Amino acid sequence: MRIKVDTEKCEGHNRCFVVAAELFELDDSGYAHEVGDGKVPAGLEEKARLAVTNCPEQAISIDEDK
Amino acid sequence: MTTEPAKTHTEPVKDWTTDYDIFDPGYIRDPFPTWDDLREKCPVAHTERWGGSWMPTTYEDLRKIAADIEIFSSRNPLVANVGEPTEEVMADLENQFSVGAPPISSDPPVHTWSRALLLPKFSIKEVARYEEETRELCRSLIDRFIDKGRADAAVDYAQQIPSRVIASMLGIPQERAGEFTEWVRGFLEYGLTNVDLRSGAAMQIFSFLNEQVQERKANPGDDLISYLLQAKAEGAPDPIPEPHVLGTCFLLLVAGIDTTWSSIGSAMWHLAQNPDDCKRLIDEPELITPAVEELLRAYSPVTMAREVTRDAQYNGCQMKENDKILMNFPAANRDPKKFENPDQVILDREVNPHIAFGVGIHRCAGSNLARMEMRVAIEEWLKRIPEFRLEDPEAVTWAGGQVRGPRKCAVVF
Repeated sequence: MRIKVDTEKCEGHNRCFVVAAELFELDDSGYAHEVGDGKVPAGLEEKARLAVTNCPEQAISIDEDK
Repeated sequence: MTTEPAKTHTEPVKDWTTDYDIFDPGYIRDPFPTWDDLREKCPVAHTERWGGSWMPTTYEDLRKIAADIEIFSSRNPLVANVGEPTEEVMADLENQFSVGAPPISSDPPVHTWSRALLLPKFSIKEVARYEEETRELCRSLIDRFIDKGRADAAVDYAQQIPSRVIASMLGIPQERAGEFTEWVRGFLEYGLTNVDLRSGAAMQIFSFLNEQVQERKANPGDDLISYLLQAKAEGAPDPIPEPHVLGTCFLLLVAGIDTTWSSIGSAMWHLAQNPDDCKRLIDEPELITPAVEELLRAYSPVTMAREVTRDAQYNGCQMKENDKILMNFPAANRDPKKFENPDQVILDREVNPHIAFGVGIHRCAGSNLARMEMRVAIEEWLKRIPEFRLEDPEAVTWAGGQVRGPRKCAVVF
């Protein structure tokens, strides 16, 4: 599973970081991006899905197969 | 520019789809059934009252309108249009201070750099610097009433917190917090429907902040005003013009007080009536994070406005240039198409993409600060007062319009 933040859509709500701090990083202004290449370590899949569903900007996409 | 007050008729509303009144006392107290009705019958309602406006109530419409910044401008985010200040007052404000409250009252490109200046000071990490003093503050407030067995959770607690935290951030003596809380109410609450009160309050706030800005220029410190005076951002003039700094300080004061006070107050009002939720938060302290989001969703305090920049069709409505749109984020957060059981407060709700802080480029810059204050206020209260209830549910009073929250909320414990 792989996740990606669309930085054009992110408005810095920080919801992804709060539900899944292992998977997202914030820059100094609070805009989010995925950690590393976005690969979701085993066991964190549910957190990744929650980050997607809680983002008010619908800025996070998930690829279940990668 | 006109001094003529807009049509504000106060006769009871017969048809909420064509003649809603956001200042109707019954609506202020309990707007939820009206929103449900409107979402079903007429998702973008209209009224001629208070200067006229359109009001979307679905999650989808709120997101779409917030995203379309070309048609829906933020040049005037106030929800009522009851006339402009007299030319004399405007000239005074402009000559002395230059009006505006960027970035909330601006569109790109000014919005882009003025927001970029602020955001680093409101990150989760930066806001954490104020957590310990916020805890201390909450404890000292509780000390004042804990032995009495009763308190007004709105007046003695919620209202006292955000003004002091923002004062601390701006480097303003906390003793003055009570004073500027009243000015902010003059601007956003009493003044929303009374232009003289509003401009008087604006004048007081600008004069006060101007003194603070001059003081900081002479003696810079480790505070937000000093930071703004020397801040740099891509695309921003260097240095930032003083009227801009003043406008931004005005925004921080006005936007940071009523709003957070209202959300803390609503949280207390909810908890006072739901002992099971109090018990859960005490037994499972980690629930506080989703609980704060859920309380924000269920009792979202803030409605902002947009102005239509050119005649446009939206969702079957023929909108005209300069029409006002009330951004009813609170109603969007109760939309059953988006949230399961939207009228239930579910502290550990898993899927909660609420837009209490708005959505799109004007997402509340202070959202992390507001969350921290709410979390700390609830935690500290429950540590000392795990069981409490409303003294008299009928005696609770609410403010509404731009910011909805309890203004009197007596509890006993």
